[in-house]
Amino acid sequence: MQDDVKKNSKKRSIYINLLLILTVIVLVAMPLYLARNAEFSGTDSQAEEAIGEIAAGYKPWFFPIFEPPSGEVESLLFALQAAAGAGIIGYGLGYLRGRKKGNTEN
Amino acid sequence: MTKRLQLAIGIMFMTILIPKTASAMHIMEGFLPPVWAFSWGVLCIPFIVMGLFSINKTVRGNPRLKILLAMAGAFAFVLSALKIPSVTGSSSHPTGVGLGAIFFGPAAMSVLGLIVLLFQSLLLAHGGLTTLGANVFSMAVVGPLVAFATYKLIKRAKGPQWLAVFLAAALGDLITYVVTAIQLALAFPAAVGGFGASLAKFMGIFAVTQIPLAVSEGILTVLIFKAISAHAREELKSLKVFSKEL
Repeated sequence: MQDDVKKNSKKRSIYINLLLILTVIVLVAMPLYLARNAEFSGTDSQAEEAIGEIAAGYKPWFFPIFEPPSGEVESLLFALQAAAGAGIIGYGLGYLRGRKKGNTEN
Repeated sequence: MTKRLQLAIGIMFMTILIPKTASAMHIMEGFLPPVWAFSWGVLCIPFIVMGLFSINKTVRGNPRLKILLAMAGAFAFVLSALKIPSVTGSSSHPTGVGLGAIFFGPAAMSVLGLIVLLFQSLLLAHGGLTTLGANVFSMAVVGPLVAFATYKLIKRAKGPQWLAVFLAAALGDLITYVVTAIQLALAFPAAVGGFGASLAKFMGIFAVTQIPLAVSEGILTVLIFKAISAHAREELKSLKVFSKEL
């Protein structure tokens, strides 16, 4: 009986999670449809333009020490950043889960 | 499944995953005049110092919290790497600092945020060393402060757990970019209309773009919070995450 209740709440939690993930996907994909003709450039390059309009004479006084030579290399580094983070999160969750399981079995 | 269907599915995934290059979001290297760059940096110092002490105290008091600290940092790492399109037709990325602020308090998150921003400015030419102070102030000082305050306020008002986490993360994300807009408007007041006109312009670029992303960050933070609290309830209790007190 209690197991049933536990199982149901677990099932419900999975449904809620799926729904939440779906919402995020919709939120991310929607702009691609709503603003079809946009370039989706970064807000920082737009800010650069805005600064150019407000303070036409402004010249950046310092430049990045290292700049990824191409968009591909840049996306490689961004992917590495995300992968490293995701790896740590996955490791942590697995560790916590395994620990809890070990505790209940003993 | 027919071969044609297999191919169609394959092509669908291919088009979804084709990388779109865009540079993004924090204040760009060299784009704050030296006075501003320096001032924002100085303003961050007390938070970083407090953060180092706070992390030291937390980890010494309970070494088992290290794994959670690593996960909070990693969450900020992942979310800052995700450049997401927005309804304004431009892209930005979430910050991921809300989760750590809820767990470890705003000061600890200042240090973790600094690490993320340093990595991005050195290796990705994203943000910058001269603008590091300003970016730390927006993403690693004000963002976590707002997230932490929001969380505690909702807990105190006996609001549901998920709402507290969601709003904390979403508002922390949004305010980060509001601060970015203010910083740029302060440094570049318009010839006509001054600070106000510039602020309206930069808010249009940064804050409006950020709204759907902030909602996404809120939801993702709720998901990871649920997963962690299911398995590490004791740790979160020792961090007073569930209590209403500060």
